[in-house]
Amino acid sequence: MDHKNPMWNDPFGISWLDFNLSNIAMMLVASTIVFIVATLAARNLQRKPTGLQNFMEWLIDFVKGIIDSTMDWNTGKRFLPLGLTLIFYIFVANMLGVITIVSFDHYLWWKSPTSDPSITLTLAAMVVILTHYYGIKLNGVKEYGKGFFQPMWFLFPLKLIEEFANTLTLGLRLYGNIFAGEVLLGMLAALMTSGAFGAIGGALPMLAWQAFSTFVGAIQAFIFTMLTMVYMAHKVSHDH
Amino acid sequence: MLDTSMMILGAGAGGFNVGDMLAQLIIFIVLLVLLKKFAWGPIMNMMKERETHIASEIETAEKNRQEAERMAKEAQEELKNTRNEAQQIIENAKQTAKEQEQAILQSARAEAERLKESALQEIQQEKENAVQALQDQVAALSVKIASKVIEKELSEQDQEKLINEYLKEVGEGQ
Repeated sequence: MDHKNPMWNDPFGISWLDFNLSNIAMMLVASTIVFIVATLAARNLQRKPTGLQNFMEWLIDFVKGIIDSTMDWNTGKRFLPLGLTLIFYIFVANMLGVITIVSFDHYLWWKSPTSDPSITLTLAAMVVILTHYYGIKLNGVKEYGKGFFQPMWFLFPLKLIEEFANTLTLGLRLYGNIFAGEVLLGMLAALMTSGAFGAIGGALPMLAWQAFSTFVGAIQAFIFTMLTMVYMAHKVSHDH
Repeated sequence: MLDTSMMILGAGAGGFNVGDMLAQLIIFIVLLVLLKKFAWGPIMNMMKERETHIASEIETAEKNRQEAERMAKEAQEELKNTRNEAQQIIENAKQTAKEQEQAILQSARAEAERLKESALQEIQQEKENAVQALQDQVAALSVKIASKVIEKELSEQDQEKLINEYLKEVGEGQ
């Protein structure tokens, strides 16, 4: 039961570039699922919505609600596609690991891409960098710079640390939750394959934990999107 | 079975793979762009279109309602006018009838008066004529009677005397 990652180290002789192939594969799987579901929903759009279109419109309204609760809609509406893609992608990514975990020849192939810190931190860093970008774009360099010295000038170091802390917490929260869920699922799976007693004893906890992981996956996707919008609002709104 | 290696499941080497990070970044951005183009954009457009459609429908309904209200009011007004007019016509007719009645009565009365008058006149005329005729007849008769009486009792001399008397009288009368 020793799991290893299918690594592809130093491709083309570039020493700092390493690929975890299962991560890449799972990212692609999650993205493909998201893309297919979303485009299916967007196909044959009707004024009187049915089925998948209804679900998508609900999701859009949901994310709209998140944005509305953090900033005014005029500045917030440009972040709607970002929020939608984040929540949908992260949710699907989280669910992938709940459905099943596949290892082949001791290599772990099927899991949540979000159970890898480098991926969640990439998303978090991207979000934080985007908040800075939009902060400068919408408020101007001066206003953006002033944000670091408010409400008191001597809080500047804290403000600086906050940016990194935000990135870290945003990424690691998601990673921690999903990774912990997968560890426990993996342990339960190992228990169930260990024998008849294990299978009987592990079935119920497995079921419960999968339900809970589904819940956690949904909640984490929501929290990630919510915090993205909160950080964004912090940077783009004029008075806070 | 539950060995410690399970605990680090998925954590792998625990390091940060630059390749994964780049891949995630690129994949996410591509996904974002694709979804924006193929999913979010069209769906949001549809939502917006529905919004405007509903707004316009509501507006139209409101307009129609106002129109209907206006028309109803107009009809009410028209009905009231018509009723008034009908009342007026009936009143007029009544008035006219009364006048006509009065006129007819008057003319009838006048006619009757006239007829009575002419009848009276005729009666008077007839009476006068009758009296005249009677007078004439009485005169003639009395002359005839007188002549008969005189014829019987008059002698020759007396007759002579009487004729003379008459002649004298006539002569004096001239």
